[in-house]
Amino acid sequence: MGRLFAVEIVYRGIFQKTLAKNISRGIVLAAHAEGKPGISFGRYGDSPERNGIPAKNFAIVGTDDVTLEEGMAKYEPTEVDISIAVDDTLCKGVESWAWYGLQPINRLLKPGGALIVTSREQPDALIAMCHRKEYPYRLAIVKGTPSFSGLWVYKDDHTDVRILGAVAKLLPDLVGLEAVQKVILAEWRDPLKATSAARAYERTTTTTVRPDQGNPEKPYQFELPKWWEMREGIAIPCIRPGQPMQDMDNHKTGGFRPERNPTFKKFTTRTMRPVVNFDTCIKCTLCWLQCPDSCFDVTPDGLYDANMEACCGCGVCEAVCPVTDCVTMVNEVAFHDNASQWEMWKKDKDAYQTWLNGKIEHRPERSHGFRYRGQYEEQTPEMLEIAREG
Amino acid sequence: MAQAVAHRAEETEKTALITGSEAIAVACKLADVDVITAYPIRPYDTVMQYVAKLVANGEFDCEYIVAESEHSQFEIVKHASAVGARVFSGSSGVGWMYAFEALTVTPALRIPMVVMVGNRALDDPGAFGVEHNDALAVRDLGWQLVWVDSAQEALDTALIAYRVAEDRRVFLPCAISCDGAFLTHSQGLVKIPSQDKVDAFLPPYQRGDLLLHPDNPITIAPQANEDWLMEIRRQTAAGMERSTAVIREAYAEFEQIFGRKYGNPFFEEYATEDADVVLVGMGTLSTPVKVAIRQMRREGKKVGFVRVRWFRPFAAEELARTLGRFSAVGVIDRDFSLGSPHLGGVLATEVRAAMYLATSQPPVLGFICGLGGREVTVPDVRKMSDIIREAAEGHPQPPTQWIGLRE
Repeated sequence: MGRLFAVEIVYRGIFQKTLAKNISRGIVLAAHAEGKPGISFGRYGDSPERNGIPAKNFAIVGTDDVTLEEGMAKYEPTEVDISIAVDDTLCKGVESWAWYGLQPINRLLKPGGALIVTSREQPDALIAMCHRKEYPYRLAIVKGTPSFSGLWVYKDDHTDVRILGAVAKLLPDLVGLEAVQKVILAEWRDPLKATSAARAYERTTTTTVRPDQGNPEKPYQFELPKWWEMREGIAIPCIRPGQPMQDMDNHKTGGFRPERNPTFKKFTTRTMRPVVNFDTCIKCTLCWLQCPDSCFDVTPDGLYDANMEACCGCGVCEAVCPVTDCVTMVNEVAFHDNASQWEMWKKDKDAYQTWLNGKIEHRPERSHGFRYRGQYEEQTPEMLEIAREG
Repeated sequence: MAQAVAHRAEETEKTALITGSEAIAVACKLADVDVITAYPIRPYDTVMQYVAKLVANGEFDCEYIVAESEHSQFEIVKHASAVGARVFSGSSGVGWMYAFEALTVTPALRIPMVVMVGNRALDDPGAFGVEHNDALAVRDLGWQLVWVDSAQEALDTALIAYRVAEDRRVFLPCAISCDGAFLTHSQGLVKIPSQDKVDAFLPPYQRGDLLLHPDNPITIAPQANEDWLMEIRRQTAAGMERSTAVIREAYAEFEQIFGRKYGNPFFEEYATEDADVVLVGMGTLSTPVKVAIRQMRREGKKVGFVRVRWFRPFAAEELARTLGRFSAVGVIDRDFSLGSPHLGGVLATEVRAAMYLATSQPPVLGFICGLGGREVTVPDVRKMSDIIREAAEGHPQPPTQWIGLRE
């Protein structure tokens, strides 16, 4: 049997769907240009039309048809040579529409495999977000912000071809740069994109991630029930109503924390999170009322604490808050846990203000498509500049 | 829950001259059905007319909803059943087909809906005579399917159907098939049981932990993908597996309470004891078949008849064991399955599949007969009997033949 290659592209629906497909197709077409057969597909159980939901594309290539067929006998690969995350917040793990439980971004990587991330962060920041792996793997960063390249009217920022260039560098047995460039010219008819691929190829370097590096948390998981354990009639017991919260200072109870689904948390959909200035909050209830995920806990002192196990990061709370800078959306990469902001504020209000101001500085860094109209277009020149200059 | 308004006045059994459709409507009243939906199509519409009359006369208190289409008709009762109402509905031919999406979602949600299918040919050419393809179309979906051949059996089977469908071990819908014209539009003398007896036989519908109610907060029918679907199907299959024993129990108790004997619930045997060959069929073709058999017996031809009642669940082993006693079997299909094995009918194909594991395997011949309401005549039956006798004597016959066709 020959050699089998598998690459997964992890992306966020819906804005990165075309980008992921283009990368996946580019790998298979480039391999084909070198005489290797391959298959490109989006995971069918995903729901890539939903905003922010993590989803996957796979490119499977064999050195010959029989090897490819051997690989495709298991439709969704159990291990990959390269994982590509086209949004760095995916490094915290993914919980897609079809998955149940939190999956580390590096879960499918083979020993010595490579994780490619588009990010403006340094390797250490990304490594801290990724769950620990029992064996070493390589990390490569393609510098850039999350791209919507290829989608509708969004400007082409060359992210697709830069990643293809990085793949050629990291796994030359799969595709060489020459084949990548040939396919880029045939598919996009743009010599500048072929140049971008070559630049990415030259610039790509890797950092080895050791087993003692990364997030030590065990991702939450659970067993699916057996058929005779499930309630019949496709009936699911509801999530029970919540309970009052406890104030850790005086141990009085008050407020309300809704009960939440323990096995489908959805917070990996989040690319930004709200930070709340409890000192300026006027308790108007609008954030709590408008949150589509009921993520706000009502604290015993009548404040609203965005619960980070439940928040999808949509930004509605920031949009409806009538107080300037009371609720601010901040890039998710600026955080390393899902701890309660209200508890932090209760413990030390001055320290909280310092922390809050530090986080708010990250504010303008990203978009997930609907933060405000035109934001992505504003960012595109910068992204093209990165593509040129590295 | 709805209360039957005037039924206490009549505690004793009485005899009425009514059609199969009216018999089903009477059964709905006796079962104190809560929600009934209707949409007219011949021949099923006779049921909705009679239910409407019972309601209008103040004899029967139920929510009677005339929907805007068959699809809504079955959706409405599905939801009513989910919140704990005993429901009834029905249709015919292409009306039943128009409801198909609603029919497919019902078994997996474990909705014990009882319906009447007034069997009618599928369009085109818009014939309204009997053909069994309408009801048979749901045979793979988790519906229990039963065929009856008299108004009395229609009434009794409707009561049995509620008892079986609403048994917590089953919780699957049940369609009672009545041949258009021969049963839906023919009045016969029917013994209408007393309300006391029906109440003793039919316990209230209890949906338990599947009840959609604020006191039992659940979500039903969420979207689920490949990591749940097989388990859900297996659960539905388990309900159908358990149905066989529940049907037996129900018939045994029916006999005890009402004193009417149906023998084997799954199929009726007629003159089979000493028969050499048998015919197999469903529904009202039993009348010409029985008459022809009596004629032939006078001539010394030992022909018997097996009338299949329950098509789902299909009593495969029992039927195969019975049919294995004879030297040839002829299956009369009042339906067709175009392009099927041996280009035959649905029942013949199922009987052959059931026979595959049997130790004794006489030849099984298929006949397509009586489509679109054409009568299955006594000479037709004699002809089919002659053909299977030929096969029994070792003269091979074509696996499928059309009988009563102009050719």
